[in-house]
Amino acid sequence: MKRTHADPAGVLTGTHFLDGDQACCEGALASGCRFAAGYPITPSTEIVERFAQRVPQIGGMFLQMEDELAASIALQGAVWAGAKSFTVTSGPGFSLMMEHIGYAAMTETPCVFVNVQRGGPSTGLPTLPAQADMMQARWGSHGDYQIIALCPNSPQECFDLTVHAFNLSEQYRVPVLVMMDECVGHMTEKVVIPPAEKIEVYPRRYTTLPPNEYQAFKAEDDLVPQFARAGEGYHFHVTGLTHDEHGYPSMNVETQHRLVTRLIDKIRRNADAMARNEEYRLDDADVVVIAYGITARVAMRAVQMAREQGVRAGLLRPMVVWPFPEKRLRELAARNGFAGLVVAELNCGQVFYEVERLVAGRVPVLLEPHTGGTVHRPEQILDAILKCSAPRPAGTPALQEVSR
Amino acid sequence: MTEEQMIAAAPEGLAEELPPNPVEQFLRSERMPHIWCPGCGIGTTVNCFSRALLQSKLDLNKVAVVSGIGCTGRVAGYVNLDSFHTTHGRAIPFATGMKLANPDLTVVVYSGDGDLISIGGNHFIHAARRNVDVKVICINNFTYGMTGGQLAPTTPVTAISSTTPYGCYEQPFNLANLAESAGAVYVARWTTYHVRQLTHSIGEALRKKGFTFIEIVSQCPTLYERRNKIGDGLDMMEYFKEASVVKHGAATREVGIGFQGPIVVGKFVDIERPTFLDLMDKQMTRTLDAHYTGSVVEQNVRG
Repeated sequence: MKRTHADPAGVLTGTHFLDGDQACCEGALASGCRFAAGYPITPSTEIVERFAQRVPQIGGMFLQMEDELAASIALQGAVWAGAKSFTVTSGPGFSLMMEHIGYAAMTETPCVFVNVQRGGPSTGLPTLPAQADMMQARWGSHGDYQIIALCPNSPQECFDLTVHAFNLSEQYRVPVLVMMDECVGHMTEKVVIPPAEKIEVYPRRYTTLPPNEYQAFKAEDDLVPQFARAGEGYHFHVTGLTHDEHGYPSMNVETQHRLVTRLIDKIRRNADAMARNEEYRLDDADVVVIAYGITARVAMRAVQMAREQGVRAGLLRPMVVWPFPEKRLRELAARNGFAGLVVAELNCGQVFYEVERLVAGRVPVLLEPHTGGTVHRPEQILDAILKCSAPRPAGTPALQEVSR
Repeated sequence: MTEEQMIAAAPEGLAEELPPNPVEQFLRSERMPHIWCPGCGIGTTVNCFSRALLQSKLDLNKVAVVSGIGCTGRVAGYVNLDSFHTTHGRAIPFATGMKLANPDLTVVVYSGDGDLISIGGNHFIHAARRNVDVKVICINNFTYGMTGGQLAPTTPVTAISSTTPYGCYEQPFNLANLAESAGAVYVARWTTYHVRQLTHSIGEALRKKGFTFIEIVSQCPTLYERRNKIGDGLDMMEYFKEASVVKHGAATREVGIGFQGPIVVGKFVDIERPTFLDLMDKQMTRTLDAHYTGSVVEQNVRG
């Protein structure tokens, strides 16, 4: 599949001073997204406010729907009509969108959901940060499926990763979730938007087959089917029911197995190819902090403080959190003399459990939790690093047990 | 007699003599038999819809059908058009996104009363308010057929359902009145008995710009009729025939349906009102002037 570059009409090339929400909007526009449906919710609303201002001048529209259920399915109607489309929300709205994330996964609708995370549960802390929707992003809709979730840690990355999210959604025909947090959404920094020809855009996988040969859900070698849009004479069918390669409902064990396995495998098999990590001082590190989004910026300082004390600490920051970069994590954990991992996140343990599962008891994994509302202090993460690096006499309980 | 025996017993050459069924081209015959019960009214309405499409002379490549969940939600799977079987209650917002992203499409929402008016009720009133150009066809069989005959927002007072075993005591929605109040530009009601009038109405709705609403009162012999001891599909058709009163232009507040009571049918509303896209274009042009690039998202994407 050949990549193309961005349509210059949507690209605000230049150096800007933007917050993460605004940069996310620019990322969507640069990707060719010309349709957004949304429902206002703090702290995500600025994304669509900017979109509503910008997009009528470049050939698109923002549609404010009556609720998040409507927004999250209207965008999919637009996708099947040929648009690139996204929606943005935060915790309570994200909960309402869950059914339609599952629908997008099942119908292989390429689209992007942005969640600017705030403190929860329920109404929680509407204006303050958290990273507590990470497992909901992964598993929140019913049934078995896989999605892709990205976590930017700066306004620049809100731009970059939103472009990347659209590209991944088109490549794998899967809903991609941009899991920002209130801090990243509302912090203002320099954002450089490159010229359009420097921004790669993955084109929709439109079928080249004639209608009589086309099967809407017949996968190609990479397990992804070709796309047809409404209005082109393909007369195809799309359903959230278990369906065969024609897209027709077929409720039996074999079809279910074949379909669900493919939906999962098309993502899982590419986890390593998709991995995009920032690595800081990992070369000789024997304690590695895993953090993403805003927390990674605090963790970076904690790693520097540990180094000042002579502790060989490093940082692994996944930008693609789901699927998790399993291979890289296992490589690190397999090093001789590796002391352990610290997972710092603005929740009471979510990505932590994935890390714990992946290293399967081979090295200690320490959680540095935070219930949200603000970010960690670097000293908190530093303490965890020091605890992790301290020599332990044989027979001491495993660190992860101590930490809870 | 089995199907094979019937074919064997048929006079030779009969198949060639039969004219092709004019609606066959609209159906995915490879998916037959359909899931609907014997005596169900939904198939009749699909026949009317197909004939209306045939008469409309619309380019069938530009017609999309969107359904929600339920017995009527399965219509999308049987029509040989671009068709979308969405989530429960959300056919209208899906159709809204589709129509606005590509205004060249004629987007028909075909679903049931529970789907469109209960779980999807909020979307229904907002789409009517916006006057989004989608054609809503609502099969009202007074119950949730797919899940076994539970109380619907249309179940008449005193009717038995599986979740009102002692009789319904909630006031049902008067769908025509709801549609008109929320802003629909075209509102009609027919029953499955009125196939010609219904076909004509669907044709009118397909040609009309804006949010159109056709309620089709239909029978559910398996659950609603059986449980209420009011006969089978044919008995219900006879009831529709006897109890229906054609009153074009009737005040919609007076067309509520009581249990086995009179059914006012006809075209109640047919007004002109600018659509969502008309108003958007007008306002954007007024404000942005030459900076406004038009609303056709899809053209841009294709570019």
